[in-house]
Amino acid sequence: MGCGTSVATETQGKRVERDEAVQTPGPALTMKAAVLIQRWYRRYMARLEMRRRYTWNIFQSIEYAGEQDQLQLSSFFSFMLDNFTQLNGNGPDLISQLLDPVVDPWLDREICYSLILVPESYSGPRLSFPLSVSDTNALLAAFKEQQTLHARYVLQLLYETKKLLKQMPNIIHLSTSYTKEITICGDLHGRLDDLLLIFYKNGLPSAETPYVFNGDFVDRGKKSVEVVILLFAYLLLYPDNMHLNRGNHEDYIMNLRYGFTKEVMQKYKTHGQEILQLFQDVFSLLPVATVIDGKILIVHGGISDQTNLDFLSSIERHKVSGNNQLCLIVVHLIECFHLEQIVDVLWSDPKIQEGCSPNTFRGGGCYFGPDVTQRLLLQHGLQLLIRSHECKQEGYELCHGGQVITIFSASNYYEEGSNRGAYIKVGRELVPRFYQYQVSRTTRKLTLTQRVRAAEGSALRALKEKLFAHRSELMCGFQEYDQNYTGRVSVSEWALVLEAVLRLDLPWRTLRPHLARLAPDGSVEYQSCFEDMGPGIPLPQVTSNLAETLFRYRTDIEIIFNIIDKDHSGLISIEEFRHTWRLFSAHLGVAIDDSAIDDLARSIDFNKDGSIDFTEFLEAFRVVHKLDSKDPHLSEKMSRKKYS
Amino acid sequence: MAESNNQSAETKLSDVHKRIKAAFETFDNAANNTVDVREIGTIIYSLGCFPSQADLHDFIAEVEEDHSGYIHLDRFLPAMTKVLLEHKFPPIPKDLLLQAFEVLDKDNKGYLEPEELTKYMTQEGEPFTQEEMEEMLTGLADHERNVIYYKDVINQLAIDPDM
Repeated sequence: MGCGTSVATETQGKRVERDEAVQTPGPALTMKAAVLIQRWYRRYMARLEMRRRYTWNIFQSIEYAGEQDQLQLSSFFSFMLDNFTQLNGNGPDLISQLLDPVVDPWLDREICYSLILVPESYSGPRLSFPLSVSDTNALLAAFKEQQTLHARYVLQLLYETKKLLKQMPNIIHLSTSYTKEITICGDLHGRLDDLLLIFYKNGLPSAETPYVFNGDFVDRGKKSVEVVILLFAYLLLYPDNMHLNRGNHEDYIMNLRYGFTKEVMQKYKTHGQEILQLFQDVFSLLPVATVIDGKILIVHGGISDQTNLDFLSSIERHKVSGNNQLCLIVVHLIECFHLEQIVDVLWSDPKIQEGCSPNTFRGGGCYFGPDVTQRLLLQHGLQLLIRSHECKQEGYELCHGGQVITIFSASNYYEEGSNRGAYIKVGRELVPRFYQYQVSRTTRKLTLTQRVRAAEGSALRALKEKLFAHRSELMCGFQEYDQNYTGRVSVSEWALVLEAVLRLDLPWRTLRPHLARLAPDGSVEYQSCFEDMGPGIPLPQVTSNLAETLFRYRTDIEIIFNIIDKDHSGLISIEEFRHTWRLFSAHLGVAIDDSAIDDLARSIDFNKDGSIDFTEFLEAFRVVHKLDSKDPHLSEKMSRKKYS
Repeated sequence: MAESNNQSAETKLSDVHKRIKAAFETFDNAANNTVDVREIGTIIYSLGCFPSQADLHDFIAEVEEDHSGYIHLDRFLPAMTKVLLEHKFPPIPKDLLLQAFEVLDKDNKGYLEPEELTKYMTQEGEPFTQEEMEEMLTGLADHERNVIYYKDVINQLAIDPDM
């Protein structure tokens, strides 16, 4: 447009002026310089914004793809059930092992927590029931100091919580007339820092400060146990002012996959199993919805066109596991409709298009459009739906013309700086007000650049792992375009293959510089996609094909191991290992040589006692990022010098 | 991969289209091929161009749907393709940038005080918001001395991979 040239001339003029030692440059020149700097800066910020957005896309795509895998696991269970007669007598035991946890939670379990001795040396909180404010204060102080609550008190707390929840209806009705304002929080996912920040900014739960927590208290974060203990403690302390809705993560299978089970077992080695059992009972007894002043409906996921609040109030919620597929196996067909009502409410997501369609991303619940929202609100005389379930950059988001609000309370969910958390306050006038925050690990304020870089790095690592996990398929795809084995394809072809194999809706061309190298002629050297990654502990018996399959499904395999390993010892027998693996690969249709599995099983049984430590086994199929100095396992592995 | 000259021109055009679409889609929240007109600047900047505010106004006038506040991909794509193929808003060379900073650094200190930069950005050039100013200061200022060493900053901000 000519601006560039004119500045150049002016600047040259300025140079001459300077040499002649004339005074400061004229106003016109200053103006031009300022404009130039602004333009340059804006361009830089725009690029940053772009990177932030596609980083977000990466995280979301991978997260939803992970939830799709959940569907796969559930269908594996149904496959097992269908085929158990072929399991040569091993079938029924294996199946009952899988389904055993789903025992009626209404039944009282023999919990002899009073027999558990708390040693003198224990310096953590000693709770006394019924709880008082000093107990909750003690818990807060203890958790801030990284202490763990003794198993005896955890069990007692859960037992009392279960008793309380049994008396509660499926839908809780609240009124603003007794209190100033009600605070509504979204997903916490084990982020203790966020919960403490909310309490700090907004006040502790009390008669003057009532709260509604809208599900997903556990999984993914490292302090799920502490978060949920605090929430339950306040529930017991102020049952009229503290309200918890169930989320889709308050569920046995989700906990196996997303970390809560592991966290409990790590923190409570002796009593972990009992504690987990009680947690599952309590989760299934959590109410599924809250209504404020008959006008605001709060549920974790959303609604469907079948949602009916009167019907929802009447069903026996504790009989329903939050997990769709597993339920279908266990629950009689007559009760199918019941479970769908609950699954819809815990799993659905709003969308822009009208109508109601199955939520294929999540494998459960629906996508519901503005017309569905409108209809439900009208039907029940409501004016607003508040839900959570989806991470939002600003911590909250409105849609459906303001009739639906998503509230999410775990800041930095994907990565440091990825998003804010938020909570809503609503008073008698029923107008929601939003409060945002972000937990920060450093006292110094991070620049946008630093935050974007950190988030981007994390997202790209996760993406590279996905590429690695699908290496053979990708190579096949590339080679179809590269019949002459040059090792190169065009950028378009490269993008096409990635999209077809990974089925993640991402801007591949924009990401290309981070994922693959270009040859001098501008084509992509596709092998370079996998250069940066290597196996954790290379096992010589493991072919790359087997390694890849095991890596891709390691989460599922881990879940299955955890189910089989009833006493959570970390060990399973070789026979069980072989058996499960054969079933899983049959289900996947993956051709893995039986003898390869046998060899593998034998080689992993390091002490030859017929049992496998599957944590060690899975470590082998962890992927290491070779060039990433921040990888905590890398330096350890490097010192072993075992790279092939 | 052997390609004739005709094909490479076509592929080049198709690649340009794909780049523009990818950038556009990142801001297309409703997935209906429209973006808010206020995001257009960001999209154009992120595609490697350096329009001034006046340039942006002209561009938007060309492609906006009758002051609806939205821009549709159908009109954006041809206009933006032209901009990219004709190199309409060329980038600023580093040395020019340096000279611009030196113009503002009237006392020849080698750095700018935050107050100085703020004055120029908000009073001199094109409209620059308070938020932009705050982020700029946080991003560019040296942590300890709290001044802007512009030579370093120019180099730092240029390291990011070019797309």
